[in-house]
Amino acid sequence: MDPQTAVAVAHESVLAYKALGAGIAVIALAGVGLGMGSIFSAMVTTVGRNPSARDVVFPIGILGFALTEAVALFALLIAFLILFT
Amino acid sequence: MSGRELSLAAEAAPKIDALGQFELHGALGAIGRSVNFTNSNLMMILASALLLATMYYGAKPQAIIPGRLQALAEMAYSGIMDMAVGAIGPEGKKYFPFVFTLFFFVFLGNVLGLLPYSFTYTSHIAVTGGLAVMVIVIVTLVALRIHGLKFFGYFFPEGAPKLLAPLIIPVEVISYLSRPVSLSIRLFANMVAGHVMFEVFGSFILILAGAGVVTGAFGILPLALTVILQGFELLVAALQAYVFAVLTCIYLHDAVHLH
Repeated sequence: MDPQTAVAVAHESVLAYKALGAGIAVIALAGVGLGMGSIFSAMVTTVGRNPSARDVVFPIGILGFALTEAVALFALLIAFLILFT
Repeated sequence: MSGRELSLAAEAAPKIDALGQFELHGALGAIGRSVNFTNSNLMMILASALLLATMYYGAKPQAIIPGRLQALAEMAYSGIMDMAVGAIGPEGKKYFPFVFTLFFFVFLGNVLGLLPYSFTYTSHIAVTGGLAVMVIVIVTLVALRIHGLKFFGYFFPEGAPKLLAPLIIPVEVISYLSRPVSLSIRLFANMVAGHVMFEVFGSFILILAGAGVVTGAFGILPLALTVILQGFELLVAALQAYVFAVLTCIYLHDAVHLH
């Protein structure tokens, strides 16, 4: 194609590339899912071995869950930034 | 299909406006618009008034056996006091008012946004960024006041070999400066993600209903999902406020004890 059509096609495809970029950005959520499962698996194992430890372990587990979810939302934020700006 | 037909087809498909709900509008009519008093400011004033009223009328009876409102105020007080003293140590009592205000400002901001037609002021990076910067500045000032210039020894852990100092110190400084960034983005992204999901699932219901009666009956599925999501967002609202406050307490612990 001539350069003018190529530029026009490139302009039109920006949305497609944005969608692609946003999709790639959320691959990071695989690691987050792994981490979340790990936190709760440790918590369940601890409570299983020592039920009286529940009140000690639970707040730390919930804090860990929230911090891991923050990383997931960093990835989501990048995806939003790519898509909408 | 030609490009024109494709773009016409894209125009015909319903678009979901996910981020329009976070726009600020003038509140309180013409007077509000003239001074740029927005719906965000209105919700902040509402949250502060709610908190002040609860604590004032909760503390007023001063009965030995508390009624419901007094019990609520006492539970709020003792909950945050236990968190602050548990995370910071006995000196935590001094920082209790700051942590209490921070926790309930964020909590009420998150929760008030779940009501229909209201606005979540913590869904703006300006608000959460401001809160996070305030936290880091206060924590640094507390550390400087208590420890003086020895505060800069915080960035070089004692047991580490001196040769690694050019490596360790920049890493420690960067991780210290990344605290307000992560604090603000965690809260802001949680709130934005929750409300975007509300908008998207709500739009699904409307899109299904718009496509006919039979597909409209399937709209019960996104409706059920939205109801469950509402419950989940309530949990996230409380949890994110708790995490913000707990991390502030942990940073204060670092400031007061220098590791």
